[in-house]
Amino acid sequence: MYEFDWSSIPGALPFLIQGMGVSLEITITAIIVGIIWGTLLAMMRLSSIKPLSWFAAGYVNLFRAIPLVMVLLWFFLIVPHLLESIFGFPRGSDMRLGSAITGFALFEAAYYSEIIRAGIQSVPKGQMAAANALGMTYGQTMRLVVLPQAFRNMVPLLLTQAIILFQDTSLVYVSALADFFGTAAKVGDRDGRLVEMLLFAGAVYFVICFAVSQLVRYYQKKLKTA
Amino acid sequence: MITMNKVSKRYGSFQVLTECTTHVNKGEVVVVCGPSGSGKSTLIKCVNGLEPFHSGEITVNGVSVGDPKTNLSKLRSHVGMVFQNFELFPHMSIAHNLAIAQIKVLGRDKAEAEEKGMQLLDRVGLRAQALKYPGQLSGGQQQRVAIARALAMDPICMLFDEPTSALDPEMINEVLDVMTELAQEGMTMMCVTHEMGFAKRVAHRVVFMDHGRIVEDDNKDAFFANPSSERAQQFLAKILQH
Repeated sequence: MYEFDWSSIPGALPFLIQGMGVSLEITITAIIVGIIWGTLLAMMRLSSIKPLSWFAAGYVNLFRAIPLVMVLLWFFLIVPHLLESIFGFPRGSDMRLGSAITGFALFEAAYYSEIIRAGIQSVPKGQMAAANALGMTYGQTMRLVVLPQAFRNMVPLLLTQAIILFQDTSLVYVSALADFFGTAAKVGDRDGRLVEMLLFAGAVYFVICFAVSQLVRYYQKKLKTA
Repeated sequence: MITMNKVSKRYGSFQVLTECTTHVNKGEVVVVCGPSGSGKSTLIKCVNGLEPFHSGEITVNGVSVGDPKTNLSKLRSHVGMVFQNFELFPHMSIAHNLAIAQIKVLGRDKAEAEEKGMQLLDRVGLRAQALKYPGQLSGGQQQRVAIARALAMDPICMLFDEPTSALDPEMINEVLDVMTELAQEGMTMMCVTHEMGFAKRVAHRVVFMDHGRIVEDDNKDAFFANPSSERAQQFLAKILQH
């Protein structure tokens, strides 16, 4: 029978907190950039200008058809070289975090754009007509009338996607980046207590994700009664 | 004020409007009626360019609507429009609904826009509802707010697209009363409506449409007393029985 030994966890907490910082940094940056870029992609997709619409459709289909791990590896391998040659960063500087964030943001934007597109389409067409009839430009109509309503309908889906994104950040282990999961695995290896560390890490992921998904449910209920 | 000359439009191969020609003079109230699917709503939406048209010409106050060089947003900012489904912005309070376009489109300052909004709410009898949201108001109240919102832009003319069709019967009159008052004050109005009582009371002219064509365009008394086309006679016979 395996003897559990949790004693290495308290000592590892500072590292784990640092790792959690990295995970959250990737998650939050990818959400913000993903939503902004995803909104632009959604508007391109719905645009009557064909090349824009084709570009957005191609982008979304491409990123949705390849595994996230591969995107991360590509960015891990390619982006540092690109940045080195474009901005003249010194060779060998650590850009793992930057390339991971870039990869996540571009990948998530594809998913966010589909959520946002559905959100924009959920706003009745008459709202756009009414805003136009008042003399608002396309930009004003989108910013003041359509997007606020679209986002209000979309919050549950966006949060659900954020939970998935947070869990997926553990995939950065492919670039040996010290996120929460990577740190836990490393510390567990070092102390020979991998099973305990990974159980503990799993519990932490569960608590955070479960709490956020309860928040989503609460918000959905509120939205329904409003 | 509004002129339409041989306006045609099709959706794919379906001809929605065929060479529609009519006009609305300053201070005139023109009611557009006809069976459903006859193109009335499409016609009125062409006036402020919400629906593009393929041939013909529409001018509003001398400005051509179909001309690609025309600044449509600017033109629309002084042509008021009221929709069948009200289309108030549900995420904004009533006061904000009235102020937003004044501020963002006309560049009025906030205090001025709110003051103007309150005056107009007063006028449609809804001052007490200013801080509520559209979803908390009845259909008739929402439509009165929508009229006030259009008036807040100081429009040179008003377009009504079946303003009472989505309302419960007991709410129709409160909206028609506001429209009647507006007409009596000399507002230039083009109204798509089935309310023949309203047309008899306030219209100067009636335009009757069928299958995308303007079949009759006559002054009110002549239209009701003696419609020249058979189609209009049938329509009136059906609708006036009620």
